[in-house]
Amino acid sequence: MSALSAAALRDQTISGDASPAETVDAAVARCAAVGAGRERLNVFAWADDADARDHAALALRQRDQGGTGLLLGVPVAIKDNIATLTLPTTCGSNILAGYVSPYEATVVTKLRAAGAIPFGKTNMDEFAMGSSTEHSAYGPTRNPLAPDRVPGGSSGGSAAAVAAGIVPVALGSETGGSVRQPASFCGIVGVKPSYGRVSRFGLVAFASSLDHVGVFGATVDDAARGLRVIAGHDPRDATSVDAPVPDYHGAHEQSVKGLVIGRPREYFPDSLDPRIRERCDAALERLRELGAEVRDVSLPHTSMAIPVYYIVAPAEASANLSRFDGVRYGMRVEGEGLRGMYEATRSRGFGPEVTRRILLGTYVLSAGYYDAYYRKAQQVRTLIGRDFTDVFASGVDVLFTPTAPTTAFPIGAISDPYEMYMSDIFTATANLAGVPAMSQPIGLVDGLPVGGQFMAAHLGEMKMFAAAYALERALGSEARA
Amino acid sequence: MSITLEDVRHIASLARLGLSEQRAESVATELNTILSHMDALSTVNTEGVAEAVGSGVRTMPLRDDASAPIPLVRPLESFAPSLRDGLLLVPRLSSHETVE
Repeated sequence: MSALSAAALRDQTISGDASPAETVDAAVARCAAVGAGRERLNVFAWADDADARDHAALALRQRDQGGTGLLLGVPVAIKDNIATLTLPTTCGSNILAGYVSPYEATVVTKLRAAGAIPFGKTNMDEFAMGSSTEHSAYGPTRNPLAPDRVPGGSSGGSAAAVAAGIVPVALGSETGGSVRQPASFCGIVGVKPSYGRVSRFGLVAFASSLDHVGVFGATVDDAARGLRVIAGHDPRDATSVDAPVPDYHGAHEQSVKGLVIGRPREYFPDSLDPRIRERCDAALERLRELGAEVRDVSLPHTSMAIPVYYIVAPAEASANLSRFDGVRYGMRVEGEGLRGMYEATRSRGFGPEVTRRILLGTYVLSAGYYDAYYRKAQQVRTLIGRDFTDVFASGVDVLFTPTAPTTAFPIGAISDPYEMYMSDIFTATANLAGVPAMSQPIGLVDGLPVGGQFMAAHLGEMKMFAAAYALERALGSEARA
Repeated sequence: MSITLEDVRHIASLARLGLSEQRAESVATELNTILSHMDALSTVNTEGVAEAVGSGVRTMPLRDDASAPIPLVRPLESFAPSLRDGLLLVPRLSSHETVE
């Protein structure tokens, strides 16, 4: 874990006890110490010490001008599907090899305005399609806590950057759990905000009704501060919510006495590893001791989340990824005529999982199959959303569940695509319903981290953070020991 | 429903993806396996249930039907594969298949 929290780094930067340049030097040294490069952990798709030092100089100028941005002097790693001006944005894919965006994502602009130091582009499953960060054109990322195992995915590089102590905060993206699941596997905190809470302008689209920018933190407070900085309305994103952004880090002062926490039975099936169930129930017991009320509740359509997700997401992906055709940007492979060029470029540029999902999405949208698959999935998605609406309307403030059904699995252990998809079984529901959710460490099984997940009603992040801060305090070192 | 090799060739054509015969066969197997799990949806009664629109969150406000150009810090030439006089170049259309 990072030696210093985001709050401590900011305070030291403001007081002059730390300089942004020294902070970058420390992060670079940490990269070397943990073996963040291709030969070992393979955390970054793109890293450039000089680029980070340029950003540090800008942060220093902000400080000298009296700046007190919430992330002043804090290095933040950024997933390779979020557009940056000074480093490539390639989505872990050959089809975007060398592509440098001509515009910047809103979240990156907000980070820089808050004094943060963008620190490298992190490795990911190609176009965010995966749950292990094994499917990248740059090879797999390894879990810093157990290098023979995956860090989770698709934002595995960002999770590894935080877990390895290189940065206290990192940006990831989520379509079905790609921040929370790697946070769980790497023993850190990962937040998926409400749909619309954070601008996606400059996030390369995978499935537009499900995509979110999310935040990793070494602690709940690091993640809360990161989210506070990037949240807010953006006229460049038509799905952006125009609502005030609370100070999420202020939730640490809130008590959980009287908070109603739902324990949905569908997230604790008989097949769940009993040790993961035990860690979750122990966490709930701690919250009960703090005065929270724990209720058994039901979200009856939970088991349909994976079938729905793996119809809707590939369908949207098949449309979104049609733009990668060798005409406007990225690689071009010549073929016979225009169609030959399209097919050669896309076949050479996309890896096997992306190809599989484009074909699946094309199939479920094609004539004769649309009603049976896509329309049906969107109807069941409505029912999944109603499950959440009903449970929160019944007086439940937040839900608590395991984040993933397993701990980090060995690299290469899962070859069946559907088995890999099941890794998202407890996370995809929040993306389908658009509600906020977060994962935090709640203990170990066989020496590997277990994540517990809070979910709240749309724009209910403050309640979620209040519960997460309280649980983190209550568990103390138990969460990571 | 079962996906045939012919189906795979058809959707690959729609998606502008070239597949070898061997890859097409393995894709057919993979997609059939995945879709067999989707059949569970047919057990859910969705009579009278509306299709979800987006995330189902009522947050998307109407805005003026006008676009604001996004300022680019570098020109098209820096990232387009082929360009002439500010226009993107593509191979000749004469060899483009006209029948889908």
